[in-house]
Parts: sequence; C-alpha cells; structure tokens
Amino acid sequence: MTRNEPFDRDRAHALMMAAVDGEISPPDRRELDQLILEQPDLAVEWQRFVRLKEVTAGMSLRTPPEETWDRYWASTYRRTERAVGWILLSAGAVVLAAYWLWHVVEGLLADTDTPVALRAAIVAVGLGLVILAVGVIREKLFTARRDPYQKEIIR
Amino acid sequence: MAADTEMTLIRRAQAGDADAFGTLVERHMRRAYFAALSLVGTREDALDLSQEAFARAYRARKSIDPERPFYAWLYQILRRLCFNFVRDRRSHAQKLSDARTWLADEATGRAAPGPAQALEQAEARRVVAAAIEQLPPREREVLALKEFEGLTYREIAGLVGIPIGTVMSRLYAARQRLAQVLEECR
Repeated sequence: MTRNEPFDRDRAHALMMAAVDGEISPPDRRELDQLILEQPDLAVEWQRFVRLKEVTAGMSLRTPPEETWDRYWASTYRRTERAVGWILLSAGAVVLAAYWLWHVVEGLLADTDTPVALRAAIVAVGLGLVILAVGVIREKLFTARRDPYQKEIIR
Repeated sequence: MAADTEMTLIRRAQAGDADAFGTLVERHMRRAYFAALSLVGTREDALDLSQEAFARAYRARKSIDPERPFYAWLYQILRRLCFNFVRDRRSHAQKLSDARTWLADEATGRAAPGPAQALEQAEARRVVAAAIEQLPPREREVLALKEFEGLTYREIAGLVGIPIGTVMSRLYAARQRLAQVLEECR
C-alpha cells in the first residue's frame, strides 16, 4: 500500500486503539506500523493518542474515606427496608383515598338535591381520569415496545 | 462466610438470608462505587447510586441467575441508574458543583521528569478530566472501564453487552474527542 492508495480507516482506528491499550497482536502491530509509515495523517493521529494515553495513565479515581465502606451495607439494607415501607404506605394511601372518594361521589350522586351541573362535573372528572389513565398506559406500552434504548434506560 | 462461593451466597440470599446478600455487597461495593463515580463524577451521587443498585438487586434477588457472575448482573442495574441520573442532570441543566473531584489529586502513573513537566502533566490531566465529563455517557462508560478499571476489550464487551468492535469504536470516538481537547490546550 502506498501513500495514495485507499486504506480501511476503521481498521486503522481499531488497530490504533488495540496498540494504545496493549491488546494488539504482533502481526497487527506490524500492519499498524506500516500504515503509520505510509499515511501522514494517521501518524499525526497516532501521536495524539499516544500523548493522550500518557495523560490518562496518570489519572485515577478518588478513593472515599475508609469509613464509607464500614457503613455501606448497613446503609444499603436500611434503604431496602425504607423502600418496602414506602411501597406499603403508598399502596395503602391509594386504596384509602379511592375508598373515601368513592363514598363522597356515591353520596353526591345518590342525593336528589345535588344539582345536575355538579353531577355532570363529577361524571366528567371520572371520565377524564379514565381517558388519561388509558392514554398513559397505552403510551407506556407503545414506548416500551419501540424504544431502542429500553435495555439501557429505565423509565 | 468468606470462603463461600458466589453461587452459594446468591442461593442463600434468594432463600431470604440478608447476611449472605450483605457479603455479596461487601465483595462488590468498591467496584460498583468506582464504576458509578466514573460515570456520574461526584462522590455522594456515586455512593447513592451504587447503594440504590444493590437495594434494587436485593429486591429482585429471585431473578438472579446463580450460575452467572453477580457483578455482571448488578452492573446492568447500576449503569441504567447512572445513565438515567446523567440524563436527568443534563435535562435540568444542572452543573457539577464539585467537578473534577472524582479524580485523585496525585498521579499514579509515571512521574514527570521535572517541575515544569509535572505542572504540564497536571494541567493536561485537568483538561482531559473536564473533557471526559462532557463525553456522551456510553463513550464515557467504555473509556472508564478501560482506563480506570483496566478491563480488557473482551471483559468490557461482556459487562456492557456489546460486541468488541463496538467497544473499540466507542473508545476511538471518546479518545478522538479527548485528544482534540488536549491538542487545543497545548
């Protein structure tokens, strides 16, 4: 291959990554060296990656205080307990609220003195809630089936 | 307990033994914390998200396959939490209040030959760290697994669930951005 001949740029990129990370085989290394020799732009890019690797090799993640680890499991366990508490509390609250609401609405609808406009408003609110709930559920199902990132993002 | 295999611990946790799950947490907490730190960049958030991942894993422990490595399963939960967190942070235009605190102060790599070079290296690390924070999450993830965890391409592919070729192309894309920034600051 000469300077003017086309070459597989993706292959060259993969070879450069493998070389920078020390995961390149000897034949691939020879191929990369040849490419760098023949392609000046590749040689420039290669030098930039080498320089970058020197910088990143000197970087490390900050270690937290040692006591972080002493409390880690206890804190995680408390979190699981709290989650169960919240689930029970929320479920109970929803049932109680629904029960109370039903009684109020039932009383209003059964009362012959309740104005027609109020009855109509109650029915409209009920219908609106049902339509909204159906819409949201349908959208969730639609998104879940078609979302290309569904494996990577929890909604 | 220490001699228990991971498979035994998972089975015991699935049978309701919280201590067994605690042992699993203690075995993997550091790795999970650092993985989260490299993705979200702040200590408190990394701690919170890694603990939340374990808490979710505990609640879903019945679905763990004892034959497979626990960390690989946990990592799927962790990365989703971190990606969601980063997405929400970006959508709310929040800024990192303590940017760059996720990196250690001192270099662990080769020592620079002199004070001038040491300063230059420190500045380069600062610039690259800032650029890493701007990387798309999936590129940042692969870069962190390579640079900070030192995993091989095969290990990264297995953990993230992508082909090796994708690992290399994400690494290339990430490094190209970082190299560009580094070049501009010279």
